[in-house]
Order: sequence, then C-alpha cells, then structure tokens
Amino acid sequence: MIYDVSIEGTNYRLELEPTTTGWDCRLNGRTIQVNAAIIRPGVMSLLIENKSHEVKREIVAAEFHLWVGNQRYSAELRDPRSLRNRRDGTGTAEGSSKLTAPMPGKVVRLLVNEKDQVEAGQGVVVVEAMKMQNEIKSPKKGIVQKLAAAEGASVNAGDVLAIVE
Amino acid sequence: MFKKVLIANRGEIAVRVIRACHELGITAVAVYSDVDRASLHVLKADEAHRIGAAAASESYLNIEKIVDVAERSGADAIHPGYGFRSENAKFARACSEAGVKFIGPTAAAMELMGSKTRARQQMEKAGIPFVPGTSRGLESFEQAEQVAKEIDYPIMLKAAAGGGGKGMRLVRSRDELRTALESAKSEAQRSFGDSEVYIEKAIVSPRHIEMQVLADEHGNTVYLGERECSIQRRHQKVMEEAPSPIVDAAMRRRMGEVAIRVAKAAGYTNAGTVEFLVDRDRNFYFLEMNTRLQVEHPVTELVTGLDLVHLQIRIAAGDRLRFAQEEVNIRGHAIECRIYAEDPDNNYFPSPGKITLLLTPDGPGIRCDSGIYEGWTVPIDYDPLLAKLIGYGTDRDQAISRLVRGLDEYLVGGIKTNIPLFRRILSDQDFQAANLDTGYLDRLLRTNRVSRGDQAADVAAIAAGIFAALDSAQPMRNGIAHESPAAGPRAASTWKRASRIEALRQ
Repeated sequence: MIYDVSIEGTNYRLELEPTTTGWDCRLNGRTIQVNAAIIRPGVMSLLIENKSHEVKREIVAAEFHLWVGNQRYSAELRDPRSLRNRRDGTGTAEGSSKLTAPMPGKVVRLLVNEKDQVEAGQGVVVVEAMKMQNEIKSPKKGIVQKLAAAEGASVNAGDVLAIVE
Repeated sequence: MFKKVLIANRGEIAVRVIRACHELGITAVAVYSDVDRASLHVLKADEAHRIGAAAASESYLNIEKIVDVAERSGADAIHPGYGFRSENAKFARACSEAGVKFIGPTAAAMELMGSKTRARQQMEKAGIPFVPGTSRGLESFEQAEQVAKEIDYPIMLKAAAGGGGKGMRLVRSRDELRTALESAKSEAQRSFGDSEVYIEKAIVSPRHIEMQVLADEHGNTVYLGERECSIQRRHQKVMEEAPSPIVDAAMRRRMGEVAIRVAKAAGYTNAGTVEFLVDRDRNFYFLEMNTRLQVEHPVTELVTGLDLVHLQIRIAAGDRLRFAQEEVNIRGHAIECRIYAEDPDNNYFPSPGKITLLLTPDGPGIRCDSGIYEGWTVPIDYDPLLAKLIGYGTDRDQAISRLVRGLDEYLVGGIKTNIPLFRRILSDQDFQAANLDTGYLDRLLRTNRVSRGDQAADVAAIAAGIFAALDSAQPMRNGIAHESPAAGPRAASTWKRASRIEALRQ
C-alpha cells in the first residue's frame, strides 16, 4: 500500500506492507519497523522501534486530526495513483469574503445593513450560543453585498452569514 | 434523613449530586429539557421527568414546573446545584410553601445576599472590611461622577443583582464613565431584570480568594479554608486551587473568622462562600457571598476530606455538624480545571457538537467530575462547562504534575475544548511561582504561544497510513464498496476517496 500523507502541510510518501509481526514501513524511503494495535475505535498503540506512542484519531466534518500524546496534527491522506485526489487549490473568488458561523447558535443581532461600507475587524453579526454572544467581524474592508442571516435565525457551524466584497 | 431528593439542574453538577444521594441511600429525581433527554444526569438518576423545551426559561429556570415535579414525585427536598435558580429566593420560598425542603440557605438570607447593595449595608453594620464605594444603587450619571471622583479612579461598576461578571465594568477615567454606566445598566437589565448599578474602588492587581463556610440549623458555623480563584477570563473563574499559595494559618484564621461573622450576620445556613478581594499587601475586603454550592467545591473537599454535598443534605435534613472548627485540617493541595466546550484557537468561542471520542484520565490524585459521555451531543442551549478535572497532591508541585499528567490522558474528540489552555497555564513560570492576580490570564493570553515541536509528525504520518490500511482491510460500511457498478474511471476514484473518508469517519 502506498499513501501520500500530509501532516500539518508537510508531505510524506508512506509505503506499508503487513508482516506476521507488524508492518514493514518505508517513510520517505527510510525503512522503519512498526507494530500497531487498535485499542478501541480511534485509538492506536504504535510501537516504533520499541518506542511506545498512543495515537488518537479525531474526525470532525471533512477534517481529520491525529493526536500523538498531547499534540494535535492535522492530517490528509491521498492515494497517489489517483490524479483526481490532488488538491486543485479551490479558493474563494478574488476580493469577496464569506463570513461564516464559527459554531451552531442563534443570530441575535445584525450590526450593519446590506450595501454598508465596513472596516476590517468591524462587527457584522452577533451570534449567541451557550449563553455567550459573539460578534462575527468582517475580515476585510469592503461593502456588505449580502446578509444571509436574519435576526432570530438558527445557524449551523459553517453557515454563511454575510458576504463582504 | 430524606427519602427522595429532586435535583433541579443538569450537567456535571446534577451527576455529582445524584451520586451523593445514592451514597446516602436517597432516591434521586432528575428533571430534563427536550434536548437533555439523552444527558448523563437522566441516565444516572432513579427517576426523571421532562419539564419543557430547550430554552432554560421553559425548563431549568421554570420554578412552577420544577416544584410541580417535586410534589408529583413525592420528593422531600430539592437540591438546586449552582447556576439556574440556585440563588433565587423565590425558588426557595416556593419550595417551602410546597412543603419541600430547599437544600440551601433560607429565602431571607438569599434575598439579603442576593442584593449586593443591601448585603453591603448589612455587612457594614457587622463591621466587615469593605472595598471603598457606595452601598446604594446610583441614581444618576452626576451622582456616579461625584462618587467616582471621591473614591478616585480606577473604579468598578457592578450590577446590584449581579453575578458571573455580568453588568460589570472597569472604568479607568472620567471619559469612560458615561458609556460604561449605560452599558453596565443595560446588561444588568438584560441579565437580571434589574438595572441597579453601584460603584466600588477598583483594587489594582487583586487576588480573588474565597472562604467556604458551613452552618447547620442549630447555630453552629465553621469555615473550611480558602480557595484561590484568581485565574479568570471575562470575570469568570477558569481554574481554582486550595489552599491559596499566599494564605498562611494566621491569615486563614482571620479570613475564616470574618467569613463566619458574615454568615451569622445574614442568618446563614447550609453551605456558602464568602468572596474576598486581596490586595498586594494581603489586606482582604469582603466582596460578596455566594449562597450556593460553588463549581469549585471539589478542591475544598480534597484538602479537608469532607464531602460538601453530603453535608449540605445532612444539614438540610436537620442534622448537627458533627465536627468542630479545631477538627478541620487542611492537608495537601488541590487544583481544578474547568473543562469548557470552547475553541482556544478561535477566541474561546463556544464549541458545541458531538463527542466522537472520549478518553478520561484516572490514577493517583486525579478526580474528574464529568457530565458527558462518548457519543453525546453537547447542546447549544446551556453553559459550556463539560467537566472538572481536579489534581490532588501532598503539595502544590505534586498537584501540578499530576494535573499535567491527567490532562495528557484526557481527550475530548469531535469538539474543541480549553484543555490546551490548562497545559499552557500549568507550564507557565508565573503560575508555578504562584504570581497570580485576576489579570494573570489575560496577560498570559496576550503573550505568544511557544511554538510546539513537530517531533511526532513522523509518528502521525505512519499512524495515518496504518489507520487507513486497517480501515480498508475491513468490509466497507453501508455497502459503499458494492455500489455504482456503472461508474466510469473518474467517478471510480471519487467514490474510492469518498469511501475512504467514510471509513475514516467510522
């Protein structure tokens, strides 16, 4: 098995072959003896040349993270044989920024109107969750093209609240 | 002793009280809102009753509904926990009118302490030391200006009905006064339905130290030592410890005796906490009395060996305190971390959601009071406190090292928590040297975080591959691997990826 693994943006080529005692592993061409045991779903005991590591896997929406001890690493995994899986760098259109809800909650106040000019860092929408009111700020100077959220509306994490151009 | 107790709360504190009831052979009755049907306190209780919709005003704040459940279920007593209606005199009164014992002080004592201005007038009469300021609500901006000038800036504006930092504003100069007064008043009105605000001199770099008291209904009052609660954010406590590193036996006795005077002046019964501000010269000033069990009560339990919830229940049942002041000994050191569902990388925004993986610490000197389980979805409707992790040791250093070890074992996956913040605090030199004041945490958060090492990135890369290899060795879930036989090569690689993501998700 061959994987292209990206950990915190650094790429690794990983080749794995199961053996009777564990795995033959080549990481960027370097051979390493590895023994792995799944302790429970999402938790792995990894012995790398007899050094013991507790690795935990955390999956949230489309993201996936690995905890090694108390350190959290963002991870991505690709099959190099598939060109489709290479990231094609989709970004937002030049010049427009979406303000999204950082957590599920309720829109309690709109601080601006559509077509208003806003400064970078200016509050646009107030979202309340868990007794806390949070001002969602504009990331840039520009014009509020659209207010997608209404006062009193419930929103989920990632929902677009406003667009600033 | 009571036969049946209703717990008018949710989350970790409801679980904590249910456990105490079971230890005392008491039947525990839970109440829950619609979003809490699958919450831990419902699972742990002997009986559970739905009280309404998710909004706290429809459920946990609704006195009529709670008292009605108490009557219908035949509960002898109600434990209010902390937050919600725990410090509401009307609730205590409604309980006693329904013939159900309220586990806490009398409604009259709560009313007195619930109004910060009235409490202040009463305590001034009892000769309790105070921070200079008004003991009356402000009537006008002009009056505020006048008082502020007399006691000199910086000053603190506070809501008379307040608590939890709501309606509180620091004012450094006259220029800031008008805006601060208006916003403090409107926040007080919104939060407590009462816009009364008063002025106090702001003590520069104070410590926040509080004294636990316990009074039975036969006139016996004791103090159980102090807690240092200086580590705060937005006037909310984040971490507490007992004993305070700056309080010695003589100071503890002085503070304890003042706390007992406060409790007696209020006719106080049951467990309560007298809060003090302590200045750099270790002068202490009465701040307020909290008429409930505190979130941070476990640190006192660990260093005194007492169970405060057992004692609360016994006192409410009419028992006498079975020990005298001289028998209360402080032994060892305990530190508590409040584990919140909030994102340290995103300005501590709340982070509700599903807990996909939960690993809980244990071992020597670790106590975890928790209200969560793996697979549970943290609702958006309430306070984000998930659990409290408490480290205990023979001395402060050992308590710290056990807590660090415990935090390393702790993983709440799927949502963000403030666990990394505690690692940062515990490894900070000023914290270790106990150079603390209420501005400590804001200062720490302004400094740049030490960039972490990436030594384990290799390990993570290998683990990522093995997880994926083991996942694909198992039959695909939901039969994804057998679907879409007609899909072309392009579609095939997309689904392969989708199935891998699906398998990773498990």
